[in-house]
Amino acid sequence: MTGTHFEFALGLGDDALIAAQRLGEWTSRAPEMEEDIALANIALDQLGAARLLLTYAGELEGAGRDEDALAYLRDDRQFRNCLLVELPNGDFAVTMAKLFFLSAYQLPLYAALAGCADERLAAIGAKARKESAYHLDHAALWVKRLGDGTEESHRRMQAAVDEVWPYVHELFAADPAAPVDPATLRADFDATVADVLDEATLTRPADGWAPGGGRAGVHTEHLSFLLAEMQVLHRAHPGARW
Amino acid sequence: MSKETSPLWEVFVRARRGLSHTHVGSLHAPDAELALRNARDVYTRRQEGVSIWVVPASAITASSPDEKDAFFDPAADKVYRHPTFYEVPDGVAHL
Amino acid sequence: MYGNDFSAPDDPPGGGLLGEVEAAEAALREAAARARRSGAAPGEDLDAYFADVIEADQKIEPRDWMPDDYRRTLIRQIAQHAHSEIIGMQPEGNWISRAPSLKRKAILLAKVQDEAGHGLYLYAAAETLGIDRDELVELLLSGRQKYSSIFNYPTLTWADVGAIGWLVDGAAIVNQVPLCRCSYGPYARAMIRVCKEESFHQRQGYEILHTLAHGTEGQKAMAQDAVDRWWYPSLAMFGPPDADSTHSAKSMAWKIKRFSNDELRQRFVDMCVGQAEVLGLTLPDPDLRWNDERQAYDYTQPDYDELMQVIKGNGPCNRQRMEHRRRAHTEGAWVREAAAAYAAKRAEKKEKVAA
Ligand SMILES: [Fe+2]
Ligand SMILES: [Fe+2]
Repeated sequence: MTGTHFEFALGLGDDALIAAQRLGEWTSRAPEMEEDIALANIALDQLGAARLLLTYAGELEGAGRDEDALAYLRDDRQFRNCLLVELPNGDFAVTMAKLFFLSAYQLPLYAALAGCADERLAAIGAKARKESAYHLDHAALWVKRLGDGTEESHRRMQAAVDEVWPYVHELFAADPAAPVDPATLRADFDATVADVLDEATLTRPADGWAPGGGRAGVHTEHLSFLLAEMQVLHRAHPGARW
Repeated sequence: MSKETSPLWEVFVRARRGLSHTHVGSLHAPDAELALRNARDVYTRRQEGVSIWVVPASAITASSPDEKDAFFDPAADKVYRHPTFYEVPDGVAHL
Repeated sequence: MYGNDFSAPDDPPGGGLLGEVEAAEAALREAAARARRSGAAPGEDLDAYFADVIEADQKIEPRDWMPDDYRRTLIRQIAQHAHSEIIGMQPEGNWISRAPSLKRKAILLAKVQDEAGHGLYLYAAAETLGIDRDELVELLLSGRQKYSSIFNYPTLTWADVGAIGWLVDGAAIVNQVPLCRCSYGPYARAMIRVCKEESFHQRQGYEILHTLAHGTEGQKAMAQDAVDRWWYPSLAMFGPPDADSTHSAKSMAWKIKRFSNDELRQRFVDMCVGQAEVLGLTLPDPDLRWNDERQAYDYTQPDYDELMQVIKGNGPCNRQRMEHRRRAHTEGAWVREAAAAYAAKRAEKKEKVAA
């Protein structure tokens, strides 16, 4: 196994883990009780995928790190997630914009992974693609409702799309040696985004600023705070079982 | 959420192939699409369902068969939802 | 309901858990099969008809005639139970972001999510009695209806998540299992569903404590501290002693409630003693001992003055819990309005197409 495979699995695992952590913050705070349950479902799916991917990454690395060692004992410079997932939740529109773009990327990614030569990754992709389809469906449903709802919701949804859009470019940085080259997913992503934004009466922002660095461990200021909270208890009891 | 803007929907779930849809409860949603999503999340968190109907005052809306995978498979691996997943130490009663 | 520690004490009993829930479910089917009678005959004495259905252990269903008082009692009880499930998400939700392993994080997320589901099942059951959920939510947010006082205590350490699962969910189950036989059909059916899920909650809590109690010194101390803090508030969940309990008699006659507060509390204590021994943790009651004559444990009563204070709003977290719920509701208003506006636009479009 190559180092690339390890980095690749780690990156996807970190995406899912940090997304789950952010979605979990909504628990007991959603705009409607039914939505509380939906967001928790999506968080659980992301967390489930994260555990499979991190476990596999640990095996590829061969240094004896399991999912918890990878999740709890790395510092922010060692995390490989994209910046998109670590951005704060913002209002419900920002959360839905983040989820929409993330799942519009994860769906074709996992679908392609399901057909890749690495059996473990293929199995994870096959399972996660169904979940991603549901996440995309859910996020798109809300992007449309908020975009084409009231004046206020339209304004908030457009602002959210504008705020989050720059962070999508990082997702598709070419990596020809990876099991799935993210650059090959861009057309699919663009088509999904165009359809949904159009129906939502929203405008796709112009491309310009394209922050990146997450895959190399250079993050926003937000990640360190997120990790401090996530890791505090685990680190306070070195070697303990839970 | 008022009565007119987020009406009540009755939810019917077919738990397994071969059984008929059974009423499981109700929920609020502004439209059928959201009602169906919500019904999936609220009433089939342990994969009880293979098919859902949501019924407003007069119309019936059912999930279509080809949506089934994305709708229900995600709950399949959540074994921790079921009480038998937990190790109960020997000698513990009434748990 | 979660407990009987609301403003107004009423309600029910519990025991051997999943088995009893299944027995209640079987009894429900059996009663249905006996199909004693349909609605009241024209001109029939309605009170006598109602008493007859209750007497025969048949379920009252939404369309049946029922005394106003029965309806009011049920609405209040089911609503307060629903509120408890929703507010109850907060103390444990407090630890989702810091859960010490990914497995525990997943379990806790699923558990807290379940509580939201329970709240919704129960609001749905209440609505069959002719009240709207938004009215009930309003009653909660304005403080006119209560939720179980247990959720006004803080979760200070991870072990509190274990203690809540074991003791609070445990007490809730003892309360709720008899409700599976409640005379009101929709409530009984909702409780059957809830109880099956609660069993997972109690086990995950017990497992957390068991792991901690067999872990490092620091973990063990954390577990004991949590049990010390949650034991008496859990006992208080069963409500005031029978001597001070007001609406019990009527609820008993109507078969809404089937056991007294003290009977349930005793049942809970008797269950917990052995479970605590297996954990290797001590219940913080020096006077806890087996009474051979009563065939039950003697125990120290919780501080009911403290309970009354918490009910009045002076517990450690009352203000925080209400503020949290109100904020979620207020901040979500624009989203709910957007969804409604979108639905209205779609309906209009459809009409135009049809016209
Ligand atoms: Fe519950
Ligand atoms: Fe529970």
